[in-house]
Amino acid sequence: MSDTALLDEAQPLAPRASLLPSLGAVYRAQLSRARVARIPLMFVATFQSLGILVMMRGVVGAHDTEAARDVVAGSAVLVVAFVALNLFAQYFGRLRATGGLDHYATLPVPAASVVLGTAAAYASFTVPGTLVTAAVGCALFQLPWVHVWIVLAVIPLAGAALAGVGAALGLLAPKQEIATLLGQLGMSAALLLGVLPASHMPTPVQWLRDLLPSTYGVEAFARTFTARPDWAVVAADLAVCAVVGVLSLALSTWAYRKAATRA
Amino acid sequence: MNTVAAEPQAATAAPATAICCAVRDVVKTYRVGRGAGATRVRANDGISLEVRRGEVFGLLGPNGAGKSTLVRQLTGLLRPDSGGIEILGHDIVRHPDRAARLLAYLGQESTALDELTVRLAIETTARLRGLPTALARAATADVIDELALGPLAHRPLAKLSGGQRRLACFGAALAGPRPLLVLDEPTTGMDPIARRSVWSAVDRRRDQDGATVLLVTHNVIEAETVLDRVAVVDEGRVIACDTPGGLKAMVDGSVRLDLVWRDGAPTAIPLVAALAGRSAVNGRRWTVRTDPDEARELVAQVTAGPAFAALDDFSLSTPSLEDVYLLLGGRHEGLEK
Repeated sequence: MSDTALLDEAQPLAPRASLLPSLGAVYRAQLSRARVARIPLMFVATFQSLGILVMMRGVVGAHDTEAARDVVAGSAVLVVAFVALNLFAQYFGRLRATGGLDHYATLPVPAASVVLGTAAAYASFTVPGTLVTAAVGCALFQLPWVHVWIVLAVIPLAGAALAGVGAALGLLAPKQEIATLLGQLGMSAALLLGVLPASHMPTPVQWLRDLLPSTYGVEAFARTFTARPDWAVVAADLAVCAVVGVLSLALSTWAYRKAATRA
Repeated sequence: MNTVAAEPQAATAAPATAICCAVRDVVKTYRVGRGAGATRVRANDGISLEVRRGEVFGLLGPNGAGKSTLVRQLTGLLRPDSGGIEILGHDIVRHPDRAARLLAYLGQESTALDELTVRLAIETTARLRGLPTALARAATADVIDELALGPLAHRPLAKLSGGQRRLACFGAALAGPRPLLVLDEPTTGMDPIARRSVWSAVDRRRDQDGATVLLVTHNVIEAETVLDRVAVVDEGRVIACDTPGGLKAMVDGSVRLDLVWRDGAPTAIPLVAALAGRSAVNGRRWTVRTDPDEARELVAQVTAGPAFAALDDFSLSTPSLEDVYLLLGGRHEGLEK
């Protein structure tokens, strides 16, 4: 039967949900989950970063500026990595394993709005923890906090890049346990490669560090601690985050479609 | 295929002339296991059926019969290996994305909604079904009233009992109008009051909006009381399809005698020993299917003789869909009475 012949006698289709309103609906719904499920985990994420700050303060002097900058910026971005990469991979891994994706897949909603709405909500969870970590880090390492506002750009951009990777890991992993494991490994990489000064690392490890999307967020933030930040380089770092963010969210949208309609 | 033809007395539903959903020779196989030991299981083995507009149509069968696999193909979640599926004139195999714009689906899992409050779960679903904010809110308020979910509206689904959670998910399926409702075991875990409000809501959608309802169930009583027509599914095939009355007419002339023994059957008594060979045994319950005259005779003998002392309970009943299922060669367990 030809498509046209079919449609001539077919019942009109209900309209699709459009991208932005459904993204808003998913964002609002996901944000409401914070009260139930996310706040305890946010405390864990923040205390983990604060613990690393305190530990590193024992080995890095307040006047060792390059190391101090990297430690503070790396610890703050680690909160984003914990939520966007680790929790996001776990969330989508669980949704896929338990059949929860069927709910979204049987609604006329663009795949991108589910992934982006959820990613935006997860990024929002990280704002208080990242700000607290940055503020405590500045106090501990006596760094100027006049440009700390940059984290408000770092969170969405690094968050998008990491959340896209996290969602793709969760959606593509063959088992829920593997999704959790991959999310955990990704966060460990963000911790180990983001918090320590790059100049202290062997060259192959520096290459690995360059491959990690959160590195550019860390560097953008670290550069703003200097007396006269080179804003062009900061913008370039954030642009890398943004490009990786777009690519990784596109990857996760593809992974979502693949997982939702597995045949 | 040995599907029993539908009889004219069938559907009592509103205009049941047009076809809402047509399934033609659908085959779906799954791979089970890994590597060299992997085998393929036929979940659907050439299923064909037609659901008429405005009817409540049921898929009845035990767990693992292939009902949910068929429903997942109807909703565009799975693609059949072969065969055709058409819903309201749209080819769903070729355009699986259209299913979401034609039907509302209640699956068996609620994990996507578990951490939301009942109100937000229903409202978000309505928004994602394409309703603008104001309409989604109004639809949510209506559904909450209709299903008497008011006292639960501000509680997260995860904190509710299984039946309450199911009712909230059913509410989410109702939010936003759709000409076809596909409900996979909607009343699992519900108390009688919740069940009643589900069936009232289904009737209302059918009577007022002309909606068609496709229902998956393994509950025989439910199938007999709410369905206009029922397809009996077993091992991936439709073994019969008719009205519940039409199907039961196939076993007219036979009745079912259930004997429940107190501790164990007294097989030393010759009458009981003779029954042992022809009974379906389920724990302490023995079920014998026979003609009414012999059934009366058996009841008289069992209740008058020494076997009566060992008897806990007995009942004589007219045939149910379960008897039809067994007559058609279905397996002897899995249906819920």
